[in-house]
Amino acid sequence: MAGLAAAFGSGAMTNSIEELAGADTIFVIGSNTTAAHPLVADRLYRAKKNGATIIVADPRKIQLALTADLYVSQALGSDAALINGIAHIIIKEGWQNQQFIDDNTEGYEDFKALVEGYTPERTTELTGVSKQDLYFIAEKYAKAPAGSIVYCMGITQHTSGVDNVKSLANLAMLTGQIGRESTGVNPLRGQNNVQGACDMGGLPDVYPGYQKVDVPDNQAKFAKAWNAELSPKAGLKIPDMLTGLNDGSVKVLFVVGENPMMSDPDQHHVELALKKAELLVVQDIFDHQTAQLAHVVLPGASYAEKDGTFSNTERRVQRLHKAVEPVGDSKADWEITQEISNRFGYPMNYASPAEIMDEIAQVTPQYGGINYERLEGEGLLWPCPNQDHPGTKFLHAGGKFARGKGLFHAIEWRAPAEVVDEEYPLWLTTGRAHVHYHTGTMTRNSPSLHALMPEGFAEINPVEADRLGVSEGEMLQLTTRRGTIQAKAMITERVRPGMVFVPFHFMEACANVLTNPALDPVCKIPEFKVCAVKLDKAA
Amino acid sequence: MDYKSTLSVCPYCGCGCSFYLETIDGKLVGTKPSATSPVNNGKLCVKGWKVHEFVQSPRRLTNPLLRKNGELVEVSWDEALDYVADKLKKIKAEHGPDSIAFLASAKITNEDNYVLQKFARAGVGTNNVDHCARL
Ligand code: SF4
Repeated sequence: MAGLAAAFGSGAMTNSIEELAGADTIFVIGSNTTAAHPLVADRLYRAKKNGATIIVADPRKIQLALTADLYVSQALGSDAALINGIAHIIIKEGWQNQQFIDDNTEGYEDFKALVEGYTPERTTELTGVSKQDLYFIAEKYAKAPAGSIVYCMGITQHTSGVDNVKSLANLAMLTGQIGRESTGVNPLRGQNNVQGACDMGGLPDVYPGYQKVDVPDNQAKFAKAWNAELSPKAGLKIPDMLTGLNDGSVKVLFVVGENPMMSDPDQHHVELALKKAELLVVQDIFDHQTAQLAHVVLPGASYAEKDGTFSNTERRVQRLHKAVEPVGDSKADWEITQEISNRFGYPMNYASPAEIMDEIAQVTPQYGGINYERLEGEGLLWPCPNQDHPGTKFLHAGGKFARGKGLFHAIEWRAPAEVVDEEYPLWLTTGRAHVHYHTGTMTRNSPSLHALMPEGFAEINPVEADRLGVSEGEMLQLTTRRGTIQAKAMITERVRPGMVFVPFHFMEACANVLTNPALDPVCKIPEFKVCAVKLDKAA
Repeated sequence: MDYKSTLSVCPYCGCGCSFYLETIDGKLVGTKPSATSPVNNGKLCVKGWKVHEFVQSPRRLTNPLLRKNGELVEVSWDEALDYVADKLKKIKAEHGPDSIAFLASAKITNEDNYVLQKFARAGVGTNNVDHCARL
C-alpha cells in the first residue's frame, strides 16, 4: 500500500464499503470482486440498481463484467498505460477539476506533461482497449457527481504495483473524486486482517500506527512505553529474510499464522531457505508444508476460540467474542507469545486482549479512542483519536490530505518483467476462486467448501483447447522458467486466447511453483499476476 | 442442552462480515449473519455461511510438537516453550538480535499481532517483522 501512502499520506481504503452503494460511477480495476470480496460486490450491484455506471477493467472476463455497463479487457501488465490514457483524455477535454488540483495538490505540471504522451492511439496499442471505450471511461468517471475507484491484487501484484496504485491516485486527484462521500480510491485487501496486521506494526519499518522506526522521537516514545532499548534500523522484508536464511545471516524464522511455502512466489527457493534455519518455529491452527519443515510447531487458537479484534478493508475495527474453548491444548497466539517472552526474559503479563487493546490505544494515534466497550455492536472506523471521537467514515475530507497536499506522480508504463516468447508463448495469470481463501488451509478443511471445488484447474480459451486437442477435464501440463505443474483443463471464454488462468489455492497444482519472483522495487510484491508459460497436453 | 449464540467476525476475507456463531454444548453448529452489521446487512457469502466448519475439524493442531531425531513428536507446553526461549537466547547471544526474524500474520487478531511485534522489537531487539499481506 506504499503507493497510496506516497500520494495521500495514508495507505488504507479512503471510503467505507457502505458508501459504494451511493456512487454514480464506479471504476473497478484488477479486482475479481464477486470472488474475492462478495459482500463488496453486493454494494456494487446495489449501486447499479440505484442507477450507477459500473466500469470493469480486467484481463479476465470476471463475473462482474457481465453486469457492468462497460467491460474492457486490458492487456496483462498494461494498467499504468490504461490509466495514463484515461487521464490524457480528461485533460484534453477539460474535464479535470482544476479548482481541486490548485487548492489541494502538488506535482500536477509534471504529471500533465507525462500523460501528454499517452494519446488514445498509443494507449489503444499498449492496452488493446478501443478509443471509444477510453472516452467512455474518462467521461463517466470525471463527470460523475461521485466517482469511486475500487482495486485489488490485480493492480498490486506486479513489478509495477506501486506505480499502478499511484496512477489511480492521480486519476482521483485530477477529477477531485476524493475526500467526499462515495468517492475515493479503495483497495480491497485480500486476507481478513491485512489492515490490522499493518496497523499493528507487522511491518519492518514502522511501529504500530505507521510510526517510522528510524525516527528518533518515535524510538524514544516506544522505548519508554515498552521499557526496552530498541533497534534504530528498519528490519528485513520477507524476501530479504529468505535471502538471509540462505546466506546464513538469519538463523531463526518464527512464523505465526502463515504458510510461506504456499504463499510465496518461488517455492523451491523458499524450501531451500527454510531448511537452512537453525530454528524454524511455526505457530498455526492447521498442519501445512511449512510446519512440516519446522523444529517446533505450536498449536494456536482459531478466531472462534478467543477474544480479539480484526480491522477490515474499510478500517473498521470489530470485536470477535470467544464462542467455544480452544481445541485440544491449543492457545491464543498472544498467550503463546507472552509465555515465550517471559521465559526469554522480557516480562509481559496481559490478563486479557482487552488489556492489550488499552495499550494499543495509548501508543497508536489512530486507535487512541478505541476500547472494548466502545467496540460492542458495529465497531469503529479509524482514525478514532480520542474517547469522544465517533470514528472516520471517509479520509481526506475536503481535500485535506493526511500528508498535507496530495502528490501527483508522473508514472511511465513499464513492460512486465517477463514477457511471452517462442519457448513460453502464453501469458499466465493467477488469482482466487470464490469458495477458497488464500492458501486454502482453512477452507480446504471445511467439508462443504471442499465439495464445491475439490481440485485445482487451469482455465484456457476454446482456441487453445482446439490447438492442443484437449477437452474439458483432461490434464494439462504447464511449464514456466521455474517449474512444471499439471492441472485439469477448464475450457472457457473467461480467458482470452493466448492466456491461462490458475487459482492459487491448491497444493497439488500449486500455481506458485510457476510464478515469477521478480519483485516490485519498493514494495517487494512478487509478480503473481503475469508471467510466460508453455502449455502441453499431459502425457 | 446449552444453546449459545456469540457475535464474531469472518476470518475469510477483508470485508469483515459479522455473524453469530451458534453452539450447542460447546460444539459449533452454525452461523447466522448479523442483521445490524453495516458491512453485511444480514447477508453472508458462501464461505461465511460455512465459517464454523473448520474450527473443530479433526485435522486441527492440538498439541505442541518438537523435532526429536528428525521427527516431530508431541511434547508438553513447558518443554516446547522452554526449548524456543532457550534457543532464541542462545542465538541472540551468538549472532545478535538481527539474526532472528518474525512473520506476523494477516489472519490473527490485532492483539496477537501487537504482542508478537512487541516481543520482536522490545524483547529480542530487532525490527525483522513482516507478514504476507503482499501475497
Ligand atoms: S462472509 Fe464472505 S464476504 Fe463476508 S467476510 Fe466472509 S468471506 Fe468475506
